[in-house]
Amino acid sequence: MTEPPASLTAPHHLAYTYKRSLGPVLGAFFNGLRERRILGVRRANGGVLVPPKEYDPESGESIDEMVEVSDEGTVASWAWVNAPRAHQPLDRPFAYALILLDGAETPLLHIIDAPNESDIKTGMRVRARWADETSGSILDIACFEADDGSKPQPKPAAKADGGDPIEILRIPVELDYTYSAGQSASRLLRGLAEGRLIGQRCPVDGKVYFPSRGSCAKHAVPLSGDPVELTDRGTLVTFSINRVPSENIKLELPYAAIQVVLDGADTTFFHVLGECNIEDVRMGMRVQAVWKPREEWDQSVGNILYFKPLDEADADFDSYKEHI
Amino acid sequence: MRDVAVVGFTQSKVSRREFDRNETEILMPVIQELKKEMNLENTDIDFICSGSSDYLAGQSFAFVAGLDAVGAWPPVSESHVEMDGAWALYEAWVKMQMGYADISLVYGFGKPSMGDLPHTMALQLDPYAVMPLWPDAVSMAALQARLCLDGNVFDERAMADVAVRDRSHAKNNPFAQVSGDFEADALLAEPYLVSPLRKHDCSPISDGASAIILVAGDRVGEFCDRPAWIRGFEHIVEPQDLGARDLTQSRSTAIAGEKAGVGKDKVDVAEIYAPFSHQSILVERALGVGPETTLNPSGGALAGNPIMATGLSRIGEAAAQVWNGTADRAVAHATSGPCLQQNLVCVLEGN
Repeated sequence: MTEPPASLTAPHHLAYTYKRSLGPVLGAFFNGLRERRILGVRRANGGVLVPPKEYDPESGESIDEMVEVSDEGTVASWAWVNAPRAHQPLDRPFAYALILLDGAETPLLHIIDAPNESDIKTGMRVRARWADETSGSILDIACFEADDGSKPQPKPAAKADGGDPIEILRIPVELDYTYSAGQSASRLLRGLAEGRLIGQRCPVDGKVYFPSRGSCAKHAVPLSGDPVELTDRGTLVTFSINRVPSENIKLELPYAAIQVVLDGADTTFFHVLGECNIEDVRMGMRVQAVWKPREEWDQSVGNILYFKPLDEADADFDSYKEHI
Repeated sequence: MRDVAVVGFTQSKVSRREFDRNETEILMPVIQELKKEMNLENTDIDFICSGSSDYLAGQSFAFVAGLDAVGAWPPVSESHVEMDGAWALYEAWVKMQMGYADISLVYGFGKPSMGDLPHTMALQLDPYAVMPLWPDAVSMAALQARLCLDGNVFDERAMADVAVRDRSHAKNNPFAQVSGDFEADALLAEPYLVSPLRKHDCSPISDGASAIILVAGDRVGEFCDRPAWIRGFEHIVEPQDLGARDLTQSRSTAIAGEKAGVGKDKVDVAEIYAPFSHQSILVERALGVGPETTLNPSGGALAGNPIMATGLSRIGEAAAQVWNGTADRAVAHATSGPCLQQNLVCVLEGN
């Protein structure tokens, strides 16, 4: 027996931006950063939390008295990052640190820019290096740096008029994954690249899954290894009319989104219907896949552009009713 | 309190990367094996609860695919927590306490190898002032470790000793990813990964799954000669803000341990979910377990960390020590959140 070929892999890049409303306490903090000032909030016991919270972490009591603290402080702890990851604030070695700012009771998590690990000590004095442009973000503090007693660089002048107060914080998130499709999906996708539709059979009731993810969701068993080759013809079992444009579907609006059972398969799959007036779409219609030109095929279900009606009598309702 | 026992436990062999199987394919044999061992059909199971995280998969509602491994037809009573499966087990236990279920299936699964796990973990931090700095999980743990080292709570050798102990215990665990005989001196000669943490201080990144069967009351005897009875169960959380809590101890573990009754009698075995070596020391101290307790006979999280299943596996491993008569009393611990933010303690007894 030959080893099956390795699973297909594909990159998956997930990127989105949260828009978070700030409210009065965090709003004051981030508007303060835009003006290159660091604000904390006073707790009932007199201590100052930085960054501020709306509630006292011990008592849960509402707190909102904002207090400015220094942009200089003492290193409470630090972690030296030799090999920064993507998206981290610096692309050269640096330290994450807990920094107790003068006037604050709790340390702020930020970074220290230092040439070497040996330049950082717990208890050392550091000061903020502000970004040239501020926008109301924790990154308005570009980093902290050793306070060697020299005169700090003058702060870049804050704009006299910083604009309207920031009420919404935009937080971009980017995550990168490498998906491996697994043996079963890899076989399906490799088949599609050759214009073949490969299903798999459930060993319990013999039903044929297309598309298949390698397991029967009903009986919780792996599908039997033998592939079942299917035709590209089938029966439309249900549909909806789509009037909303989509980047991925090039059909002219409106069109029908359909569930199809391929001949020989026992599960439905989603596609779209073309070459058909929407008034003529009906359950039980016989349909066939329309493929992209062969030279454009890849390992994707997108090789099928859409399904089109076949000039055949409709399927009997009993033959597909269990799929509705 | 209703008598509920852990009667069955299965797990996958954890590995750095499950290349040829998706999450459902990893989970399915684990659940199949458990149902077979327990001679259970879905129709015998009153409640199913799972733990996983969509962020690991990079897909919303990714956990729904996990149900394919259970077979949800005819339809089943099911719930999910976006946490380690240990918390799913807590939910099932509460449901059984309420009398709504006599037999529960609990599972956890994770395939973190698809993404960059330490990076992804930044998303559990304060999203306003902390997450935009993208502090990775190792750096966060390193900040905690340095506070402990600077405060003379313990030293780097004590941390290395945890790794030596756990990796040595893992030699007897056929499911472990990292195991073997190591010398603390040699480990301490290795360079830092993120100072002050070295590689041996960090759990590996692991793909895997585990599953447990809980049974209540009179039916327990049908499944197990020497069941592991849940005699105490609690989970406690601390503030998210690192600055608002004392990172050199685990107060929430101490409170959970006290409420669960850890100190009421001798503890023979403790299975601790500490993703980093120094956190193991903090948890051991918070639980108050001493030299009479065997710690992490399975090797713990340093031997394999299939995140979202690791805590559940601690309960399974602790129960296994009761089943085989090694322990009359075993404690399982699970953690969630950065730097031991949330902690769960489960006390299991043979009598």
